[in-house]
Amino acid sequence: MTSLLWLIPALPFASALMLALVGSRWSRRAATALGVGSIGLSALITILVAVDFFTAPPSGGSYTQVLWTWIRVGGFQPEIGLYLDGLSLVMVLVVTFVGFLIHIYSAEFMIEDEGFSRFFAYMNLFVASMLTLLLANNLLLLYLGWEGVGLCSYLLIGFWYRDPANGGAARKAFIATRVGDTALSLGLFLLFTRLGTLHIQDLIQRASEQWPSGSTYAVVAAFLLLGGAVGKSAQLPLQVWLPDAMAGPTPVSALLHAATMVTAGVYLIARTHVLFALAPSAQFAVAAIGAVTLLLAGFSALTQHDIKRVLAYSTMSQIGYMFLALGVGAWQAAMFHFVTHAFFKALLFLGAGVIINALDDEHSIFKMGGLRKEMPVAFWTFLIAGCSLAGLPFITAGFFSKDLIIWDAWSAPQGNPVFWLAGIAGALLTSLYTFRTIFRVFFGPLGTPVSKRPGYAMTIPLLVLAFLSIVGGYLKQPVLSALHSVLPATIETHAAILTEGWSEAIAAILFLIGLYFAYVFHLQKRRLADTLVANPVGGMLHQWWLADWGFDWIYDKAFVQPFIWAAQVNKSDFVDAFYTGVAWIAELSYRGLSRTETGRVRWYAAAMAAGSVLFIAMVFFK
Amino acid sequence: MFSLGLVSLLVRRNLIFVLMSLEVMLNAAGLAFVVAGSRWHQADGQVVFLFILAMAAAEVSVGLALVVQIYRRFKSLDVDELSGMRG
Repeated sequence: MTSLLWLIPALPFASALMLALVGSRWSRRAATALGVGSIGLSALITILVAVDFFTAPPSGGSYTQVLWTWIRVGGFQPEIGLYLDGLSLVMVLVVTFVGFLIHIYSAEFMIEDEGFSRFFAYMNLFVASMLTLLLANNLLLLYLGWEGVGLCSYLLIGFWYRDPANGGAARKAFIATRVGDTALSLGLFLLFTRLGTLHIQDLIQRASEQWPSGSTYAVVAAFLLLGGAVGKSAQLPLQVWLPDAMAGPTPVSALLHAATMVTAGVYLIARTHVLFALAPSAQFAVAAIGAVTLLLAGFSALTQHDIKRVLAYSTMSQIGYMFLALGVGAWQAAMFHFVTHAFFKALLFLGAGVIINALDDEHSIFKMGGLRKEMPVAFWTFLIAGCSLAGLPFITAGFFSKDLIIWDAWSAPQGNPVFWLAGIAGALLTSLYTFRTIFRVFFGPLGTPVSKRPGYAMTIPLLVLAFLSIVGGYLKQPVLSALHSVLPATIETHAAILTEGWSEAIAAILFLIGLYFAYVFHLQKRRLADTLVANPVGGMLHQWWLADWGFDWIYDKAFVQPFIWAAQVNKSDFVDAFYTGVAWIAELSYRGLSRTETGRVRWYAAAMAAGSVLFIAMVFFK
Repeated sequence: MFSLGLVSLLVRRNLIFVLMSLEVMLNAAGLAFVVAGSRWHQADGQVVFLFILAMAAAEVSVGLALVVQIYRRFKSLDVDELSGMRG
């Protein structure tokens, strides 16, 4: 069964190709069947492969399928080859399965859109690229998938291209991730020139043989890879594109945040974790970036009005947790959090999509309210996902994965109390902003009336994901054991003053505190929240956080404005001056010469005669 | 004789006269060859004159055909009016 591995990325890719070429002439039903069906089949094959993988584990814990050699230039011959081990298997399972649910959902969500088949073509290509990225056995193929994901995110964020703002958001996402991609490609060049291969397993082996821990090359390479990961995963300082990426249709946001794209960076670091282990400073940077991002994004999420932007910041914050875990060496915890996060974040976005759709494209949480009775399915699933995100103790998946990270942030080899504090503060923020959203949207007086109710194709994925958001926590042991052969287990070295139980208890208490404050400010005494904003200090902070800590402003001043200025100064490009001059001279001589073309034969004859006389004279009187 | 031909070429506007003055110039060149041949006692001058003669006959036939065509199209033989090729 594992030999069917190549079909997993190939099916969505083939379907994307067909939809892109002839899809517009098909009926919506056919386009749906192909678009959703290909991902469904892919998910099915993944499950078969997974069953095979676990019942009869391949020797060495990994399975490689080389399809063909891609390029052969000198010593450089990357293959189109797939590599399956515990890590990629877990990721592929989540991506295909969550992707499949999102596709079912979008079949109904997008039914009235004129670009229906185009949408599915992009979505399938998105999933196919992500699967290529996950299954690649060399970094060049991974880079292909990486770029494919970037391209599809551009296409999907700007899906409703008639609004120029959406196009701007799409370009912003593309350019911001491109900055990271450049770093990644430089990293690939460095790795290839130094180690002579891009094949991931060989690379890791050679790196650990040739480079001592902390050697310059290892550090530089790790930092460059980190640059790529930061761009894709929307971490500091390249996080600015993610909130604007909400311009796309809601299922796109769900796919982008839960299954594809933003987790690519996490995967890249986990995949090359040996390299990071060789570069302690880079690894520390991963943890620090994660910790800072999770706090900044958490504060920003507290102030947003748009329900999707709240969720976007919460994604940034949760990816920050994953980076934190990767940085302290808790590889398995990071991947486990990825799994649970995929479930509840997809659910949150799909729920938000249902609500936005039902309220005629109303995005502001302050104009919603009282939807608890109106939309019970959306309410309960959103509540479950929210609890999972905020980490409701003992029941939800998020609690298990997040507390594992928080605990590891202190106890892991590279952990320290500061990271633990950041994690625990992030837990409080998460609880606050999650319940702020829930109380605003579902409780209180009815805001905007409900105009449309979701059908089965939208509610069933919600219910399945809600189920997974709860039981996901009990997948801890299977997931960790699947990862065990790839990622080293975390050795809890630090003799922290706390035990794991106490750390969990503190997180649980903070969850309740967050819940309580959200209740007070956003349900019981809503005026309190307003007075807080009216207060000059509070208002300033509110503005600052609302504007994403001014990052957009800084980038605008630091990069965009100088660029525009330079472009304006150099409008008549000085390099062009020479060529303009040539053109000018040509035109001048044309004008002069055309004057002589009178069309009078006698003038020509006279000129010829005069010329002959002149030349003969020159010969004679030389 | 060559100068005479050249001047009449420049002065005349009728296309037929222009052609005739061209002939005059050709003959002038031919005469120069013949004279030069007899001056230095070489037969080459007369040979070249024969070539010029043949070439002139061919040229006149083409030239007159063109003149007929031009007259049919423009109803005029004035070379100054036929300046459609002005740049």
